[in-house]
Amino acid sequence: MVYNMRRGKIKKEIPKAGRVDIKSYKSTSEAKAYLKDLRKVSSDQKKNMLSAGVDPLQKARSGTYLQMDHDVVHADSLYPGLEVMSTTQALKKYEWLDNYFWKIVSVGADEFTKQAQFQPHHGYFLRALPGVKAVYPLQACLFINDDNIIQNVHNIIIAEQGSDLQVITGCATASDVQRGLHIGVSEIFVKKDARLTFTMVHNWAEDVSVRPRTATLVEEGGTFLSNYICLKPVKNLQMYPKAELVGRGAVARYNSMLFAHPGSHLDVGSRVILKAAGSRAEVVARAVSAGGDIIARGHLKGQAKGIKAHLECRGLMVTEKGLIHAIPELEGTVKEVDLSHEAAVGKIARDEIEYLMARGLTQGEAQAAIIRGFLDTSIMGLPAALQKEVDRAISACEKEAF
Amino acid sequence: MAKDSGKLKNSGMLKIENLTVNVSGREVLTGINLEIKKGRRLALLGPNGSGKTSLVMAIMGFSDYQITQGNIVFNGKSINDLTIDERARLGIGVMLQRPPTIKGIKTRQVVQLIKQDDFNIDKEAGEINLKEFLDRDINLGFSGGELKRSELLQLLAGSPQLGLFDEPESGVDLENIALVGKVMNRILNKNKDNAGLIITHTGYIFDYVKPDESCVLVGGRIHCVGDPKEILKTIKKHGYKWCITCEGEKLKKKFQRQAG
Repeated sequence: MVYNMRRGKIKKEIPKAGRVDIKSYKSTSEAKAYLKDLRKVSSDQKKNMLSAGVDPLQKARSGTYLQMDHDVVHADSLYPGLEVMSTTQALKKYEWLDNYFWKIVSVGADEFTKQAQFQPHHGYFLRALPGVKAVYPLQACLFINDDNIIQNVHNIIIAEQGSDLQVITGCATASDVQRGLHIGVSEIFVKKDARLTFTMVHNWAEDVSVRPRTATLVEEGGTFLSNYICLKPVKNLQMYPKAELVGRGAVARYNSMLFAHPGSHLDVGSRVILKAAGSRAEVVARAVSAGGDIIARGHLKGQAKGIKAHLECRGLMVTEKGLIHAIPELEGTVKEVDLSHEAAVGKIARDEIEYLMARGLTQGEAQAAIIRGFLDTSIMGLPAALQKEVDRAISACEKEAF
Repeated sequence: MAKDSGKLKNSGMLKIENLTVNVSGREVLTGINLEIKKGRRLALLGPNGSGKTSLVMAIMGFSDYQITQGNIVFNGKSINDLTIDERARLGIGVMLQRPPTIKGIKTRQVVQLIKQDDFNIDKEAGEINLKEFLDRDINLGFSGGELKRSELLQLLAGSPQLGLFDEPESGVDLENIALVGKVMNRILNKNKDNAGLIITHTGYIFDYVKPDESCVLVGGRIHCVGDPKEILKTIKKHGYKWCITCEGEKLKKKFQRQAG
């Protein structure tokens, strides 16, 4: 029983935004056959994958991992020196991989991480061998095809020393899926002087709950760029990925583009722990509420000399309803740290809308153009090919979103 | 609020009838009467703060400018109740004096959205030295002259029947005033019926764009309508104060008789 503050009444507790009842989802699904030829995915699946930045035709891709519900449907690398397989298979292949499992995400962190350990449904293993610099990204798609299921994946990404790896990971559902729960544990390792651009696009259905649990370890001279885009309706999403910068000069940058539709609840943050001298971090979030709730968190922890980190959150309220709550946190534990933040929550300036209307755009068109500009992905510093893909995914989402 | 006044007999493109406008509850324009006929250019002179910009903003329909009395008629129909975009689509275009910055929206995108099919963005932008600004956030960090040229590029792309030019020469260096004038003429001459309202408090732009008639706005009221050269000469000699007391009414009547 809970006390409802708004109504001032005691009422029976029901699963609400922010709460997920794991037991209410099915842990079994219809078996999905392995597809040697990715083009054989249905046109509906294809459309939803494209909206999440995943291209079944693999144009300008170095390889693909596709999982539907609880089955690996495709896993293949097209580029020498890049490895793509399920974590289940990778654990069989590499004994040493045990050392990476649950190294930076704790099994006991919450009920979701436990779920991923005790009822696992694969997940992707992506690895760039030392010194390998791939031009095109690897793509990974975690797809929910059956209604009302739970999907628990455990992913591992390793960018070995001196490698340059781009990953675009899209999560999507089939169009007839109403409800579901996605739990994704991801452990990401950026080795010495390696560079990883990790771009995640979420394209969920309205009543899907999502609990990613992601952590990244960045070694000396390594760079981790994480981009997260969630523009489609989602019932509730809670994630607080963390990067630990453990080597001198390591860099992490998080960019998030969030759009909350009415009824959506997004609790999203990024945390960077700067443990090594001279490491740097930047966390940038853009949040738009069109009636839904967004809690935009950020946490920078400076634990070494000469670190520099900045946190920026800008929120835009589009309607009378909804919520944007920015919670930036800075924590310095030694001297000679440089931590800063700026946060702003505002509305679309009327003079901007009217300016575009004076050019003949309707109020709706003007508003959409301004929101699109606000969620400008060019700040993500993506490689050109990837930028194109992200733009395509965003415009596919936008057609429905705005 | 005045409703559709029906088709007018004459060929007036814009007719402003007894217009009173409030901004934040304060009256900024009082009983304005003006007419711009097809193919004509009317210059509106007046000191700073006289209400010139308010008139442009009210014609375009910006929400801060509330019509409390009177009527704005475009091509024979009252546009008082139309939204800004509806007015724009009827063929009214505005060159704002202080356009806002919109982060994340590139100049090119805006031009792309409003342009006519045969408009070549890169070529046209090149001709007005604005090519390098096409892929920058619109108006962000633009200098005075760059703002004017960006506004003109947008008007050129949209090709309005009636152009409202608010202080086209302010903040523009001498070298670029000629360019501004050239583009204004292109907009105004694109179709023979195109008309323009040119706002200025210096009249420098008249060296490049010739108005057919001028009027003087002081303290939110029209004080004088007449021959542009004569009016400008008088203002240069006596200042705007003189306009309030001069024989503006006579001039106005004379002008109206001439205009028939």
